[in-house]
Amino acid sequence: MGPVKKPSARALALGLIPYAAMCLSVSLWDRIYPMLFGIPFNLFWLISWIVLSAVCMRAAYWVEIAREKKDGRTE
Amino acid sequence: MSPSAVSMTTIFAIVAIGATIGILAGVRRKMDLEQWTVGGRGFGAVLMYLLMAGEVYTTFAFLGASGWAYSRGGPTLYIMAYLTLAYVVSFFMLPEIWELGRKYGMQTQSDFFSVRYGNRYLAGFVCLVGIASFIPYLQLQLTGLGIIVSIASFDGIGRTPAMVISVALLAAFVFVSGVRAVAWVSVLKDVLMVVAAVTIGIGIPNIYFGGIGPMFAALAHSHPAHLTMPGATASLGHTWYISTVLLTSLGFYMWPHTFGAAFTAKSGDTLRRNAVVMPLYTLTLAFILFAGFTAVMVVPGLANGDLALLTVVRKSFPPWFLGVVGGAGALTAMVPASIFILTAATLFAKNLYRPIFAPSMTDDQVAKLARVMVVALGVVSLCLAIYTSTTLVSLLLIGYAGVTQFFPGVVLGLYWKRVTASAVFAGMIAGVAASIFLMLSHRDPLFGWSAGFVALCLNFLITIFLSLLTPAVCEASQPRVRGSNSAPRSNSGRIVNRRPATGSICELEDIQ
Repeated sequence: MGPVKKPSARALALGLIPYAAMCLSVSLWDRIYPMLFGIPFNLFWLISWIVLSAVCMRAAYWVEIAREKKDGRTE
Repeated sequence: MSPSAVSMTTIFAIVAIGATIGILAGVRRKMDLEQWTVGGRGFGAVLMYLLMAGEVYTTFAFLGASGWAYSRGGPTLYIMAYLTLAYVVSFFMLPEIWELGRKYGMQTQSDFFSVRYGNRYLAGFVCLVGIASFIPYLQLQLTGLGIIVSIASFDGIGRTPAMVISVALLAAFVFVSGVRAVAWVSVLKDVLMVVAAVTIGIGIPNIYFGGIGPMFAALAHSHPAHLTMPGATASLGHTWYISTVLLTSLGFYMWPHTFGAAFTAKSGDTLRRNAVVMPLYTLTLAFILFAGFTAVMVVPGLANGDLALLTVVRKSFPPWFLGVVGGAGALTAMVPASIFILTAATLFAKNLYRPIFAPSMTDDQVAKLARVMVVALGVVSLCLAIYTSTTLVSLLLIGYAGVTQFFPGVVLGLYWKRVTASAVFAGMIAGVAASIFLMLSHRDPLFGWSAGFVALCLNFLITIFLSLLTPAVCEASQPRVRGSNSAPRSNSGRIVNRRPATGSICELEDIQ
């Protein structure tokens, strides 16, 4: 058994965006003010990024599907 | 009817409906090993989503997340981040694992290590660490279930009877219907849990403060430090947050049951689609956090933060709704507990007992043994949950740190052809040993870093270093194959030696 196909660089880059936003950049957004819609900034930031992560992964999905079509993979 | 009778009846009704759904789920199918453990690899997107949501949102999400919001404050945000990021990891890894699973007939995580590395001691070790990590997690579910049912029934049902009844029911539906039961019971559990979470998360701030906004304004005023990190703790700051989110999001799909769930999918594409929509389910957690933060001001001074959510619900809602929360909470413990038992039983029978004691067993005999193990594991975990109750959380964290040590072996095994079995084995042992040592000697967090993360870095370094030390050679048992879809076609390949600057790399190249 050998290594499988590596994910494309573009899809990986899209996957790194949520990591940067929700994990690595924590010192930038971990504060209470400004509160948005009555919710502390840090919690609001994470809630927004749950939705935006789904958007990023949807884009990564398109990238991978387009690549598979090009490679002639039928799945 | 007294309030206690109302809520008890509701809880019983919900749990009984759940168990019935579970038993009916597989009763008309022929349950061979493949059907029982991975549902015949036929789960489409919807069932897959439900199964994964079912096993992800455990009693920890229900009681633990609100408990942390109550007792620790800001650090609880890590839960929202890591669950979302775990799906990002799954997007890249699970479809490839599924692909290999279909090709080589894998049903468990241990199968993956056995096929990829061809080393049965490594596969056995993975199996043992996996089962050992399950035990505290299972125990935690049952203890949580006892707490939920006893509080929600106004102490009408004791913790022990609640645990005994639910283990008997879940063992029954797993025994009969396997993984299909788990997925279908999840349907009821997920619907109830989302309804309960949203109602509680909006309702409780509304009752006491007139809305979520005023509640946070009041909390920011009365406890200014509670809402950011490190909150009410001394050491859970930003370094801890980053290292813990990395550790838990990378490790999430290393649990034997989450890893194994990948094999139930109909296609790799199902898993990828699933990874795109799963993060949205994490939004439910926000509502549970709202309730936990409200509890800080409504029921201050509880010794055990895990009780905060239910205490405040009991104080604020009518008995029938408490019964719904209790029933949802009970199913929230039973669904994950049943998948743990199913996975551990399969691992034991297929990857530990058969290779070591009875190599000649047929798949049907393995399936029979696994079913017997379901009953045995149910009894063992019940005894543990009834007779031991302390340090569960620290045991759980050791479990997490333990299974995360599989990550280098999985990810390098998938994407790097030079990684060797002995390097993975050495790295894994070092990682497991380091995390157990650091945690038992109370060095977690270590200089602000999560101990499991430190152990994972050590594991990675050792695995990569030892793999690079081993000269690349051609092995007949472990053909290195180039290309994506050509893995098992080693017979049609020829061996090609290439000599780049770093040394020789042997590859099989297709001659089609």
